[in-house]
Amino acid sequence: MIVVAHHGVLWRVVGVAALALIPALALAHEESGQAAGFLAGLSHPVSGLDHVLAMISVGLWGAVLGAPAIWVLPVAFPLVMALGGLAGLLGIPVPGVEVGIAVSAIVLGAMVLLEARPPLWLAAAIVAFFAIFHGHAHGRELPAGASALLYSLGFVVATGLLHAAGIALGVAHKWAVGRHAVRVAGGGVALAGLFFLWRAIA
Amino acid sequence: MIAAVRCSIAALATLAAAPAHAHLVETGFGAFYDGLAHVAVTPADLLVVVAVALLAGQRGSRAARLALFALPLAWLAGGLVGARWQGLAAWPLWTTLTFAAAGGLVAANARLHDAGVAALAVVAGALHGLVNGATMAPGGATPLALAGAVTAVFCATAILAAEVSALPAGWPRMVVRVAGSWIAAAGLLMLGWLLRT
Repeated sequence: MIVVAHHGVLWRVVGVAALALIPALALAHEESGQAAGFLAGLSHPVSGLDHVLAMISVGLWGAVLGAPAIWVLPVAFPLVMALGGLAGLLGIPVPGVEVGIAVSAIVLGAMVLLEARPPLWLAAAIVAFFAIFHGHAHGRELPAGASALLYSLGFVVATGLLHAAGIALGVAHKWAVGRHAVRVAGGGVALAGLFFLWRAIA
Repeated sequence: MIAAVRCSIAALATLAAAPAHAHLVETGFGAFYDGLAHVAVTPADLLVVVAVALLAGQRGSRAARLALFALPLAWLAGGLVGARWQGLAAWPLWTTLTFAAAGGLVAANARLHDAGVAALAVVAGALHGLVNGATMAPGGATPLALAGAVTAVFCATAILAAEVSALPAGWPRMVVRVAGSWIAAAGLLMLGWLLRT
């Protein structure tokens, strides 16, 4: 009898617990995981050397090209990168993402090394083309519980700051010694790109 | 028997539990400041205010003056409507679209007419205000909290639009465009998250 009574209570307790698990209508407006999301987004681009080098070389190339490329490239890159991220989030496949990222480092590094000066539209098109691969690969790696918006914002801001770092380094291009240093930096990026390409293919 | 009754009461209480409503940021200074802080800690709201203010500043002092009043007033109107009809709360796609579009226009340095800037400010303010009102009201927010939110929008727009409209040509203006591209890019990525879920 006692056992039966205990079973009854047990079932009621289980029932209460089950009811408690049913979430009430959540109307909470404050977004959660804001700091975590922003910091994760901010740190994600700098966690991969391939992304870092490619972003810095965009800034370096912009500095080598001068106005208006120096600001057109950093404006165009985040927008097209976000389109790449959007494609990734929507499940639209982009073939050879890792290869594309590696080739981006090779091409952008080579452009800096050779001080290539294509027309502005072509420079913007080259940068935009590679931005798709970077966005597709990196823009959708949201940690669980983090704010998607702040992650995205952090990701974009970090990428933009890497461009700014490249532009700041590229200012040295004005001086004879600095010009050589910038070209050597471009060559280094291209070599690193070759390594990334070998790693992506192997 | 007593335990069974207690469990039954607990089960009923669980069933009768009110939905989890939003609560405002509690600054400790009252409803007005809670509303003011609400805008500061809601990224989508903050981004749309920044984007519209940058756009208005880019287009000159006349457009900035129009946006300065259009955005907060539309926000207030939207907030009052939202507080009255709270079912209008879940519009994240539209609120994301507004700041992404505004950021894109800043990045492109779009030559919008003053009326175009004002129209964008009205649409953005009404949408975000609507969501603000609909989500703040269930959390016990008073009209004073909404007034705080509108004040935050007004002050942020005034400061940013004034600063940008006074910027000289060259690098400072380029930085504004870069900021716009960042906002638009974050909006595009956010659209992806929303469409994916």
